[in-house]
Amino acid sequence: MTELTLIQGVNQALREAMKADPDVVLLGEDIGVNGGVFRATEGLLKEFGEDRVMDTPLNESGIVGTAVGMALYGLKPVAEIQFLDFIYPAFDQIVSELAKLRYRSGGQFPCHVVLRAPYGGGIKGGLYHSQSTEQLFASIPGLKVVVPSTPADAKGLLLSSIFDEDPVLFLEPKRIYRSLPGEVPDGDHRVPLGTARVAREGSDVSVFAYGAMVPVAQQACQGLDAQGIHAELIDLRSLVPLDEAALLRSVEKTGRAVIVHEAPRFCGYGAEIAALLAEKALYSLKAPVVRVTGYDTPFPYALEHLYLPSVDRVSRAIERTVRAA
Amino acid sequence: MARPSGPPRESPLSVQAVPVTSGRAPEGLTAADRKRMLRVMLLSRALDERGMTLQRQGRIGFYVPVEGQEGAQVGCAVALDPKDWLCPGYRETAVALSRGIPLRQLLSQLYGDRADLCQGRQMPNHFAFREFRFVSASSPIGTQIPHAVGLALAARLKGEKVVSVAFFGDGATSSNDFHSGMNFAGVYRAPVIFFCQNNQWAISLPRSKQTRSETLAQKAEAYGFSGLQVDGNDVEAVYAAVKEARARAIAGGGPTLIEAVTYRMGPHTTSDDPRRYRSAEELALWKSRDPVERLKETLVREHALTEEEFDQFLEAARAEVAAAIQEVEPLPPPDPGTLFDDVFARRTPQLEEQRAAFLAELPGSGGRKE
Repeated sequence: MTELTLIQGVNQALREAMKADPDVVLLGEDIGVNGGVFRATEGLLKEFGEDRVMDTPLNESGIVGTAVGMALYGLKPVAEIQFLDFIYPAFDQIVSELAKLRYRSGGQFPCHVVLRAPYGGGIKGGLYHSQSTEQLFASIPGLKVVVPSTPADAKGLLLSSIFDEDPVLFLEPKRIYRSLPGEVPDGDHRVPLGTARVAREGSDVSVFAYGAMVPVAQQACQGLDAQGIHAELIDLRSLVPLDEAALLRSVEKTGRAVIVHEAPRFCGYGAEIAALLAEKALYSLKAPVVRVTGYDTPFPYALEHLYLPSVDRVSRAIERTVRAA
Repeated sequence: MARPSGPPRESPLSVQAVPVTSGRAPEGLTAADRKRMLRVMLLSRALDERGMTLQRQGRIGFYVPVEGQEGAQVGCAVALDPKDWLCPGYRETAVALSRGIPLRQLLSQLYGDRADLCQGRQMPNHFAFREFRFVSASSPIGTQIPHAVGLALAARLKGEKVVSVAFFGDGATSSNDFHSGMNFAGVYRAPVIFFCQNNQWAISLPRSKQTRSETLAQKAEAYGFSGLQVDGNDVEAVYAAVKEARARAIAGGGPTLIEAVTYRMGPHTTSDDPRRYRSAEELALWKSRDPVERLKETLVREHALTEEEFDQFLEAARAEVAAAIQEVEPLPPPDPGTLFDDVFARRTPQLEEQRAAFLAELPGSGGRKE
């Protein structure tokens, strides 16, 4: 065990993967000499050389398209998209190619690419360095979507993603890249995809969160203990595939649900969870499902602290749910 | 071969006036080789004849004809090594045939039947043959171009002396991924060949409205590598151009853009009526440059082929297609349960649940509902 930040967990996973398997190659903008704008790939160029740590031209479709070609050959490319906000030029490659190659070829051409992308607000990034658009990708069949919230999970989930067989969009909550260090197992630490984590056990209400909203929800839950409200916090970790069983188990126990995400509410990932609970856990529910989310506006700059779900907003939502019935 | 800096042209049609070969017969291409190439071209044409008809008869859903581009496709495919990677578009049937992909497998894809390696998941002509390094084609234009770059870089990293070839048309040179792929290939000097079949029409848009560039080949110059224009209806000239590009790539000389000037003699697909946008005169002009006829005439002139032999080849091609259709047509569609396979390497719990519900609701399943 070593205490690391989340970004160090990412870096360690990349290094471990590259050491273990010569087919793992990295590509992206500023990832080589510069070590990545967030330093996720720090030191890797020196260790593994420019054939495996490729600084690319500034073109996301080229990055993803080239990674797709490498994966078709049998390599395990890990591409960095500098910010999730800049992924859209590659949307065609992701939706039309990456996510569909295995299916459309009857399994002849699996295409295992990992796309790493820092996402989310809280860093004074304004419209184009803050967005959470995971729901766009979670709705595409054939693409896994993974979001860690701790340094240990960043390492363990990324290693699992790199050695998975399917394309993975790996979303990194950049707001907590450095702010919340934690113990990280050394060596080849893997966390299976598709499993949620019970971040905190409780009996009165289930709180579902992922990424940078996990520590916010955690703080809210802790604050409510004094009032006798014992909230259970589930860190989804994997949006696709979703660990439905873990969610249903929790709600069957608590009878209440609060969903927290940064992304806008309308058609957000929380809507899928709410629908799931309506379909499969309605008779366990004692109160309406509540969502605490970003607003249905573009991501603001000066007012981002009011836009993002805060400890206070999450606390009030939990209280409201518990008091409702 | 004319370099892009050659004499200015008035219209795409006048390109045939540009000298396209150095006058040398391509090395290593015997009369027997060219006869084999002619037979593949005829097989492709025979498949086109029947493919169009099968669609009109409602026996297959769609068809994309190659007619007119057989010379470019076969000339290119024959110049490659069987281990070279192919990143096709959806009009590369003659490339597939040239690589030796069995006709039956192509037909199963057209029918989307149980023997289709793609499990009936794609529209006709969107082939995929892993065993032949013939990568799965999609419908978006140009997306395969960066894939060829990635394949080439991967092969180089693993020390394999092969090239990859991206197949696309004049329309694709306007796509985002043409730029992405060309630029990446130039930067990394990837062993890749960009094989552009300029067939003059992107559905209804003529080549002259696709780009103001004098040639498509000259676009390579801006990316820092060679581009050349070749008469795409001259199978030998195409062969020579691809051989040269391949040798350069293998030697570490980087990518090449080849603009094979040709013509789509048929409609874009069975859903298209080209009479809406182009003249009968233009079609007649290009029919006079038919690559099949040209190769035939060359071989006849060299006394390597007789008219009777040619007719036999054509009949043999038609018979082969007819026999394959007979063999494939009775095959049933894919098993319904396969709908949920290959989304991921393994079905997720959600897919398992949907599959179970789907199968329970299928007619003949006993009608058991959840």
